[in-house]
Amino acid sequence: MGFVGRSVTRLEDAPMLTGRGRYAADVSFSRELHMRVVRSSHAHARIVAIDAGAARELPGCVAVWTSEDVAEIPPIDFRSTRVQGLEPHRQPVLARDRVRYVGEPVAVVFAEDPYLAEDAADLVTMEVEELPVVLSADRGTEAAVIRKGYGDIEAAFRAAHTVVDLDLSIGRHSGVPLETRGAIARYDAMRDALELHGATKRPHANRDLLARMLAREPGSIHLYEGHVGGGFGVRGEIYPEDVLVCAAALRLGRPVKWIEDRRENLMACNHSREQRHRVRAAVDAQGRILGIDDEFFHDQGAYVRTHGARVADLTAGMLPGPYRVPTYRAVGHYRLTNKTPAATYRAPGRYEATFVCERLLDAIAAKTGIDRVEVRRRNLIAKTEMPYARDLDVIDTEVVLDSGDYAGLLDQALARADWAVLQSELEQRRAAGEAVGVGLAFFLEKSGLGPVDVARVSMAADGTFDVVTGAASLGQGVETVLAQIAADALGVDYRRVRVAHGCTDRIEQGYGSHASRTTVMTGSAVHIAATKLRENMQPGCSAQGSFESEHMTYPYGVHIAVVNVDRDTGGVAVERYLAAFDVGRAVNPRLVEGQIEGGVVQGLGGALLEEFVYDAEGSPLSVTFADYAMPTACEAPGIAVLLTEDAPSPLNPLGIKGAGEGGVNPVGAVIASAIDDALGVAGAVTRLPVTPPRLVEIMRAERR
Amino acid sequence: MSETRNIAVTVNGKRYERSVDVRLTLADFLRGPLGLTGTHLGCEHGVCGACTILVDGQSARSCLMLAVQANGHEIATVEGLAPSAERLHPLQEAFRDNHGLQCGFCTPGMLMTLVEFLRDHPNPTEGEVRVAISGNLCRCTGYQGIVAAALDAAGRMRKGG
Ligand code: FES
Ligand code: FES
Repeated sequence: MGFVGRSVTRLEDAPMLTGRGRYAADVSFSRELHMRVVRSSHAHARIVAIDAGAARELPGCVAVWTSEDVAEIPPIDFRSTRVQGLEPHRQPVLARDRVRYVGEPVAVVFAEDPYLAEDAADLVTMEVEELPVVLSADRGTEAAVIRKGYGDIEAAFRAAHTVVDLDLSIGRHSGVPLETRGAIARYDAMRDALELHGATKRPHANRDLLARMLAREPGSIHLYEGHVGGGFGVRGEIYPEDVLVCAAALRLGRPVKWIEDRRENLMACNHSREQRHRVRAAVDAQGRILGIDDEFFHDQGAYVRTHGARVADLTAGMLPGPYRVPTYRAVGHYRLTNKTPAATYRAPGRYEATFVCERLLDAIAAKTGIDRVEVRRRNLIAKTEMPYARDLDVIDTEVVLDSGDYAGLLDQALARADWAVLQSELEQRRAAGEAVGVGLAFFLEKSGLGPVDVARVSMAADGTFDVVTGAASLGQGVETVLAQIAADALGVDYRRVRVAHGCTDRIEQGYGSHASRTTVMTGSAVHIAATKLRENMQPGCSAQGSFESEHMTYPYGVHIAVVNVDRDTGGVAVERYLAAFDVGRAVNPRLVEGQIEGGVVQGLGGALLEEFVYDAEGSPLSVTFADYAMPTACEAPGIAVLLTEDAPSPLNPLGIKGAGEGGVNPVGAVIASAIDDALGVAGAVTRLPVTPPRLVEIMRAERR
Repeated sequence: MSETRNIAVTVNGKRYERSVDVRLTLADFLRGPLGLTGTHLGCEHGVCGACTILVDGQSARSCLMLAVQANGHEIATVEGLAPSAERLHPLQEAFRDNHGLQCGFCTPGMLMTLVEFLRDHPNPTEGEVRVAISGNLCRCTGYQGIVAAALDAAGRMRKGG
């Protein structure tokens, strides 16, 4: 009996349960120096002078750097982008002449211990001349415009029976892993090797980027991943601090350690999601979509980081979702403001796009008087239309929906939620005075970003196996899942398989873990390598596998949530939650459920609680966990997961679709829909998060 | 320069005598001089619970205590939870069996909070478990697996684990 498809326990748990994990802050080297970043407290200003004299004199402080000390280091480059003209907006590792957001690094100090480093940083002072602050993408420098679309959109609107238009906003929030960032660099002169510990997500690509910035050979830089306390898109990018510890280790000749504190994390690590959409849909008399026309404003913050314009690209490319949309136009204004730079957060562009698309579907239902489930049924792409090519590209790949039975999953989810009974139950409760309602949102995900991945499997003398990959592990159970895949191909127990990841010196190529690609891409490469090894399975033998894919694979799902609104306080309690998701094939169903459960609760944070708020001067107000409120066990509902495998992907040998982002994707949409239903007001929610004060305001406006 | 004091603390049954800076936090003391890095720091301002330890059997946030305040006290950290190198505590087993952890960063704090809670409430309801861990943030699991693990552990421990 095989291991794929079984919820076996994880290989990685033992050290984490016993306090023997090795997270970034746990990595220490003898003679290490501690780096502390001096950050701007101005949202936009010209730097007149920085005075580091007192800091330099503090005993135990070894060096203080400002931009002049790192003049030879170029700004942080993009890993990949096709969007032109973004170069002037890259972030320097230390601010030159101007600061553009509160939290921007302006200087760094290096000291003998972390407490002294903080003392020294406190002594660095800055004289500035304040400049006007821009805090909304309604204004802001337009760094790029993203345009996508197909078909004659104007004709669609001329032919429309009904037009709905909406003005929708998604709040600024982000991944916020429980472990803050950390980077530890050391230089070994004997090997001429620069090591960076605390790396993750894209170790190989980040190595190459660092090599370019530090003018070294990629082969002389090694990135090491230990345990990682959550990634969610924000961790494992190249940030100023990563470059600075490396430069310092080279120049100061001692290991250099930097561990971010939470206040820094909330104003310096990537933010995400903030967009405003002005969107309209043309529909015929039967509620069928004729066209969607979206103009959106993406608040990028002060600089363009490693992703380029990827989030705006994904938003525009994924917005039509699982529906037949004959004509489409998206114009995304990618604008700079004086806030923390933004980039990807789990389901980037899709949390936003699904919110917009599903708000449209609800609005169409309300305006045409057709039931909201029926409206979706009429517009969902049919199973018989698969594979379904859309005249769109997203992150440089053509959109071809590989497989799916959308209507089938909708039926299963409605049955599981007991939709009809639920409706009448809620009606009775509403009649008795409660503000309760149910929301429903369908969504399309994407996963398995190519182009290629490789893996090597070898048999050791003691009969165990080593799988070496270029993947990264952010705590999601990568080792277990890859071991299960290898074990089945080899015909052995998964506990006899060791999986290596995240280390650039173990394998020459690697694509890391992001975009829900690991199980699909790395898993397929492992399957191929292990299948090869099985043909000649002897100690000392090894086999390499490589897997290529031009297209992404598209999982899909539907979430249903019941909420209870407190009319006095505007608080929203989520009473029940069902997440239905088709992943083609689940290698470890319990781990997939875990991905979904965690994603749902993160999504609830973005829908109801979490927001990076700024005051009128551009000072961030959400800089502690008391102000940036993430869901606790009391806000998190019980979550039922309906995991289906009805539409395996034809694009890889195991039929897998990635599962990392289907939990979070539709949560904003489903909560908005449920609150509308609870209040009995279609389209009441236009802006996330629906915090209690905002909901009180919505109810007040309704009564007027 | 900061002053120092001599302190004596017992951690997981072992006595340590050290001279420490008066401003050193208890968390940094455990993680640094004692090398017990199982206690994690997620916020250093008392909200996330990752740094939870037991001081004389009571849960406390080691980021909000100074090392000098621990002088003369008994401390328990996650490293001391398992009865032996070969065996896990029933709560640890339940976390493993119920997928109660993903990245594992919140896990030490969750475990220490729950050992105290289950000791005092051997037969809790789901709602009580949720309240008990509401001062511990987890960004990965959505708390489902953790709540299930706590209830499962309560059952195992009632049976004598
Ligand atoms: S680190 Fe102590 S409560 Fe967060
Ligand atoms: S398992 Fe990652 S924070 Fe809880």
